[in-house]
Amino acid sequence: MRVRGLRTVLGRKTIFDGVDVDIPRGKVTAIMGPSGCGKTTMLRHITGQRMPDAGRIEIDGANVPTLSRQALFDLREKIGYLFQNSALLTDYDVFENVAFPLRQHLRLPEDVLRNIVLTKLEAVGLRGAAALMPAELSGGMARRVALARAIIRDPMLILYDEPFVGLDPIALNQVLRMIRTLNDTLGVTSVLVAHEFSAVARVADLVYLLAGGKVVAQGTPEALRKDPSPWTRQFFGGEADGPVPFQYPARDYATDLGFSEAAR
Amino acid sequence: MNARSGPFAGIADALAQVGACGLFGLQVLAALPASLRHWRESVRQIWFTGAMSLVIIMTCGLFVGMVLGLQLYYVLSIFGGTAALGTVVSLSLYRELGPVVTALLFAGRAGTSITAEIGLMRATDQLDAMEMMAVDPIAYVAAPRFLAGIIAMPLLACVFNALGIFGAHLVGVSWLGLDNGTFWSNMTSSVDVWKDVVNGVWKSVAFGAVVALIAVFQGYTTAPTSEGVAHATTRTVVFSSIVVLAIDFVMTAFLM
Amino acid sequence: MAQRRSYQIGSGLFILLGFAALAYLATQTTSIANFSQGPSYRLKASFGNVGQLKLRAPVKIAGVRIGSVESIEVDPVKLDAKVKLSIDKRYSEIPDDSSAAIFTSGLLGDQYVGIQPGGSPEMFKDGDEFLLTQSSMQLEDLIGKFLVNGSPASKADAKDKADDTDGHPASPGSPKS
Repeated sequence: MRVRGLRTVLGRKTIFDGVDVDIPRGKVTAIMGPSGCGKTTMLRHITGQRMPDAGRIEIDGANVPTLSRQALFDLREKIGYLFQNSALLTDYDVFENVAFPLRQHLRLPEDVLRNIVLTKLEAVGLRGAAALMPAELSGGMARRVALARAIIRDPMLILYDEPFVGLDPIALNQVLRMIRTLNDTLGVTSVLVAHEFSAVARVADLVYLLAGGKVVAQGTPEALRKDPSPWTRQFFGGEADGPVPFQYPARDYATDLGFSEAAR
Repeated sequence: MNARSGPFAGIADALAQVGACGLFGLQVLAALPASLRHWRESVRQIWFTGAMSLVIIMTCGLFVGMVLGLQLYYVLSIFGGTAALGTVVSLSLYRELGPVVTALLFAGRAGTSITAEIGLMRATDQLDAMEMMAVDPIAYVAAPRFLAGIIAMPLLACVFNALGIFGAHLVGVSWLGLDNGTFWSNMTSSVDVWKDVVNGVWKSVAFGAVVALIAVFQGYTTAPTSEGVAHATTRTVVFSSIVVLAIDFVMTAFLM
Repeated sequence: MAQRRSYQIGSGLFILLGFAALAYLATQTTSIANFSQGPSYRLKASFGNVGQLKLRAPVKIAGVRIGSVESIEVDPVKLDAKVKLSIDKRYSEIPDDSSAAIFTSGLLGDQYVGIQPGGSPEMFKDGDEFLLTQSSMQLEDLIGKFLVNGSPASKADAKDKADDTDGHPASPGSPKS
């Protein structure tokens, strides 16, 4: 999968300004960056939910922005997407949530469907929770259910949107292990969007760091850890100020407070 | 939203809303054939929008009928025309009050819950999740609710009318001593199936479509915050009330 | 699964209830109604003028409803209105010298057929015809007469009379021309 010359303008803000990303097959690729740099937007571009203003996004040679609605739907059937807030359907219990993509797209006998769903639930360790409603799940459990739903059709590509947010250390380790296991056993391509470097470093093969609408660093986690660029230093070191400014762009402070000569 | 202000900004916004809602309606119509695959979802929505509104519709129908019975009995007795009570009550129910009051109650009861439900689905990314699972949310979420509104509304209006006539009968015949036969015979001799009952049903079909469309549209385009959902719910009631009464006028002018 | 099924049953019941209400409204409260009234028999009556009498208008004795108007047709020979009355079987003991008249309930109310019982020992049988009938009191005729005949001096007097005839329709007035 390749992204070339991606350019997106949201309102008056330029989110991407010529971003190039290569995502190798069968590897875990992490896209990182400070909040608001467009990580989630990048995933939406990949699934075609949002169209970029310029640039190409190629998945298996097909350019996503030019696909028809039907072709997009066909493509999405081969993509698993894990939402930041899990996005389980509140009307259905866990079993029906996981079964939803199967019921919508395939006509399977009830016992076959049941076996597939229970297998996937077993893989995320929640077979016993099949009858619970989403409202009864903890955040970590909901995310695992959402993961089971994302892999129900054995996708070739799984997109994780902020999979580590709001998880306790146990749930975090469970999710990390599942991402790695899925990738190794099913041979899928994984893209994950996150900003916790320590967690990402344990699972990702390749990391892209986005900031200011550009790719500012890329490489393996080890390489990035040693990277001398100020962007990398600030982000992974967690310094409050740096190339990513603490201050939102504003007028001159003194002018705003009325202390400058012009204001008198 | 642009930052323009002044008296025309509001009008432009309202126009934009109407236009967006109309386009959304076309999308829903286009998705109707696809949504027939999800007919179970439509059935579920008929339960939620229709059957769950029954209690309020029946209670209100009964009271509206009783009030009509009392008021019209008083007015008609001035002219010595109390014999016409059944006729006047049934005609006003079939032609106007039944469809309109049912539509307003439906907007308040079912419309708001549709908006809130879809709004929450928007806010919790459930609609995006469906898109990601290659399920068209318009066909799966919007169209079944629209269809359910069209089916449920006329049925609710009929129940409302029946209870209303029962209420008027209760007041007129059981309490005020009007002759039972006179009540019914006057009604049956002046009410026409096609001109009164069926035209009323057409009205409520139209109202059902409009209220359900507005409710679904408001939910679908909600700003994904709790504040946005609250605003959208309010807008559903306000807009559908206005549109129902406006359409009522137009349909009355053409149908009667 | 069970949950989904109960929704379907519930929706089915709701739809059934709605259509039942529609069927009730359409058949019991409109002009389609009154096709069947229980067992009844028919009587005929000819009137010079039926006024605003409608199909299914009530037929009353002493103010109590005993049946309804079944049909109103013009007799092709005599050119008067032939009215068929459908009378409830329970009221089969009506003397055959009774008279039928068309009255108005109230000033603006609907018209109905009132039967004034006679004293004959013979009772009406199915298909019999009233010998004595009295046509509808036409408000327009009365006003017309009043305008033609009434002089300014006798106006108040004539008005009283007109009110009287209309106000007490139960007492048969003088036969009309």
